[in-house]
Amino acid sequence: MKEYKTVTQIAGPLVFVENVSGVAYNELVEVTMPSGEKQKGQVLDVSENVAVVQVFGSTSGLNTTSTSVKFLGETMRLGVTGDMLGRVFSGIGEPKDRSPKPVPEDRLDINGAAINPYSRQEPRDFIQTGISTIDAMNTLVRGQKLPIFSASGLPHNQLAVQIARQAKVKGGEEKEDFAVIFAAVGITNEEAYFFMRDFEKTGALERAVLFLNLADDPSVERLITPRLALTTAEYLAFEKDMHVLVIITDMTNYCEALREISSARQEVPGRRGYPGYMYTDLSTIYERAGRVVGKKGTVTQFPILTMPADDITHPIPDLTGYITEGQIVLSRDLHRKNIYPPVDPLPSLSRLMNLGIGKERTREDHRGVSDQLYAGYANGRDLRSLSAVVGEESLTEVDRKYLRFADEFEKKFITQGPYEDRSIEQTLDLGWDLLSALPEDELKRVKKEYIEKYGKRHAK
Amino acid sequence: MASKGRLARISGPVVVAKGLEGAKLYDVVKVGELGLSGEIIKIVGDSCIVQVYEDTSGLKPGEPVVGTGVPLSVELGPGILRSIYDGIQRPLDKIREKSGTYIARGIEVPALDRKTKWEFRATRKKGEKVDVGDILGEVRETEVITHRVLSPYAGKVTDLSSGKYTVEDGIGGMEVAGKKVPLKLYHKWTVRKPRPYREKLPPVVPLSTGMRVIDTFAPIAKGGTACIPGPFGSGKTVTQQSLAKWSDAEIVVYIGCGERGNEMTEVLNEFPKLLDPKSGKPLMERTVLIANTSNMPVAAREASIYTGITLAEYYRDMGYGVSLMADSTSRWAEALREISGRLEEMPGEEGYPAYLARKLAEFYERAGRVKTLGTDERFGSVTITGAVSPPGGDISEPVSQNTLRVTKVFLALDASLAHRRHFPAIHWLNSYSLYTGTLDPWYEENLSADFPAMRNAAMALLQKEAELQEVVQLVGPDALPEKEQEILIISRMLREDYLQQSAYHEVDAFSSMRKQYLMLKNIMRFHERATAAVDLGVQLKGLLGLKVREKIGRMKEIPEDKQKELEAIYKEIDSEFDSLTSKR
Repeated sequence: MKEYKTVTQIAGPLVFVENVSGVAYNELVEVTMPSGEKQKGQVLDVSENVAVVQVFGSTSGLNTTSTSVKFLGETMRLGVTGDMLGRVFSGIGEPKDRSPKPVPEDRLDINGAAINPYSRQEPRDFIQTGISTIDAMNTLVRGQKLPIFSASGLPHNQLAVQIARQAKVKGGEEKEDFAVIFAAVGITNEEAYFFMRDFEKTGALERAVLFLNLADDPSVERLITPRLALTTAEYLAFEKDMHVLVIITDMTNYCEALREISSARQEVPGRRGYPGYMYTDLSTIYERAGRVVGKKGTVTQFPILTMPADDITHPIPDLTGYITEGQIVLSRDLHRKNIYPPVDPLPSLSRLMNLGIGKERTREDHRGVSDQLYAGYANGRDLRSLSAVVGEESLTEVDRKYLRFADEFEKKFITQGPYEDRSIEQTLDLGWDLLSALPEDELKRVKKEYIEKYGKRHAK
Repeated sequence: MASKGRLARISGPVVVAKGLEGAKLYDVVKVGELGLSGEIIKIVGDSCIVQVYEDTSGLKPGEPVVGTGVPLSVELGPGILRSIYDGIQRPLDKIREKSGTYIARGIEVPALDRKTKWEFRATRKKGEKVDVGDILGEVRETEVITHRVLSPYAGKVTDLSSGKYTVEDGIGGMEVAGKKVPLKLYHKWTVRKPRPYREKLPPVVPLSTGMRVIDTFAPIAKGGTACIPGPFGSGKTVTQQSLAKWSDAEIVVYIGCGERGNEMTEVLNEFPKLLDPKSGKPLMERTVLIANTSNMPVAAREASIYTGITLAEYYRDMGYGVSLMADSTSRWAEALREISGRLEEMPGEEGYPAYLARKLAEFYERAGRVKTLGTDERFGSVTITGAVSPPGGDISEPVSQNTLRVTKVFLALDASLAHRRHFPAIHWLNSYSLYTGTLDPWYEENLSADFPAMRNAAMALLQKEAELQEVVQLVGPDALPEKEQEILIISRMLREDYLQQSAYHEVDAFSSMRKQYLMLKNIMRFHERATAAVDLGVQLKGLLGLKVREKIGRMKEIPEDKQKELEAIYKEIDSEFDSLTSKR
């Protein structure tokens, strides 16, 4: 291994080393500070004699005279093993629970490699989260990446733990190995504590691996934490046949870190100062979900992000939405009405829903009920603003029914308790229950036979 | 011609090589010990700047760089259809055989399988004179497509015989300008150079897409260009896939450019099962997929668009109607931006390079209906539909704006329609087609003389509805005169019973032009009779109570082979109105 003391320039997290040879792009380095403290870093740019190193961690205390840089000869890898379950690690993969480092069975490149699209298998196993707005209207399937678009002050963490607690495959009586991988990216200690306590309380910790990068940890580490989590997830899924649910919170902090590093590198900024390659960078995280041919396990991703100023067109939610297979949007209006979970079904979407629903998966009327509920609720919401202007009296009889439908829908369908676990049948029946308040000839989205078969049971 | 140099600098997907003698711009090079594919995109003195199509992690300065002396090319020959390629025409199924679940680096696999034997039937004989682009013979490439082997040269056939050949075997020879050249089933073509044709013709035939909102209100012409901008979740990909499934093109080239891996899997799983409504054979038999997902290297994403259009042009030259979908051109533009940033070029608007507009225009200009090369009269077309993903759904950004300037059809996806599950979420008022005028004679001749007029009347109703809605927002619907309320009823019928179409419904997913015509005719007849009835003083309640309304609502579920039922509804409308008005 080559060690150099030829540091010529330090700018933010970047260290320039001269007179190097045989250094590889993306190679891992170890920087020894004048104080003797050691930091890890990575080669960002290398030419014939200069290497630019990005240090993970703080660069304060570095100087150009007595700092030494050792090139480790490999790209960043994570030692993985099945024994990682039940353990807590720091944002760069060091044990944080006072137990020794597990002995790795394999060492994997944390950047992974692109899954060959030809090797992928369509995600199609319905995951029942027990939450009506998700199960009925934005169905999650195994191998999907479905982010929660939240905002400051909304109960996204509570929703995330509820999903982690309740998620199961319908009819999955046979024992299947599942695991939860939790990556905290720049969240506060308090939030991390909330997750830890809930995992401990429900016994989920045994089946979980936690990677914690907290708000006061170096921001460069935030770029690594999700990749460690996903490397572990891929290992458990594709080598150990487990069904892995990865929760990453908060992706907004990740993107902020990306911007910070990009500006330190003096790159040409894109929209709102975020680097132009943010889409590609995010995709190398989000695309690491799925099912592949010939492997039993799956990786399902549940990233959480907070929309700055509740703005869904902000680059972070915007680019995320272009990569992920839908989104669950939390609404401040619903939250203010004291509705939990405040999932707004209208802007929410699950692109893989059709693969996971219908006969033999959920129930044959699922698609129709879902569409009808959407259309009804959307219409009711429109009429709300209309009736605010012209008064309820000047609406037609049918319109008033829609108005009431929207209210009931929020009260009965969206609202549920943080420990209420509804089966898909309960959810769909609840849907029919609400739809029965509308005239039958308005129900154009459902097949007629299903109205007979399922709807009539609820008609009053 | 292979020259050898060494790596001098590595920074992401862009590397600098020195000492490559005689290297030309856009030559393909092999980078490093692994032999990663790359392309020279800039030459400064002795330094060649190379964009690498694979991940560059682990490369070191000093590693070898080998120039191939040829620009990025694709292999054109039988075996393209039914394939799935990456952005530089490497077959992903073969890569999987070699490297498993993930794509390993430095893999080289020929685009066309070297072992498959094709049954070649020569249509030219020894001694005959042929021109460039003349058909030498045929290969049955798939169940539905006959591959026409085109002559790459002008000269005299010295030898050509039918038989079973692999693409590498010699099928004969030609004498070109006094020299003998061998003939094979395939040849290579550089992707950045459009394939030549004899003459470009105006687009006068509509591309039937089976989607009512497009075919009726914003038709695409064969050989035309269309763009689909829309925010995420508005249905760009579903629309593109529906176009790939149901449009009456003979060949479909589908480019997944910087999009989701699972979407390509969906196409891969679905197309072999779906049957083409015309031939009754699986759609995959006429399809080629190019998949460069978002997490695959950006430089290959930049190339994928060119690879796709070159394959499309090749089938056009055989005389086929080709439909090319690019999903999404914004990701391609972002790849340009990323590479441009690494080259430290002066950025234009929003960091995109200043040549973005030119590159987009060049790409769309490769569409068209043409008279091909060759002495026989052959016509082919390439239709391009490009999805655009504007940030935040705001189409004032450079990619959308530069695309709108060159494309002729604009299919405006609307997030609010998507939110209320009105699919396809193409907004009828905001969308437009500049082909309507040139296509109308075709409709009059092949569909019905009254179709253009009927379509315009329906559009006028929808326009009127938008105006009336503004009033309704202020005063409520009851305050409108009955005549205008009647317009609201009809326009709602148009929106819900005509424009709304489920891509997942077994019957509704595809509507033939004839079915569209009959459906629209029924609604417009209802309108005509309803206006007359209101004039006679019939109350709106009476209209709303008509039984036939429910039937109109379910018209879309009537299968293509039962179009008689649609005609019966027309008669029912008349008889119900007759009894309604006679009661008075």
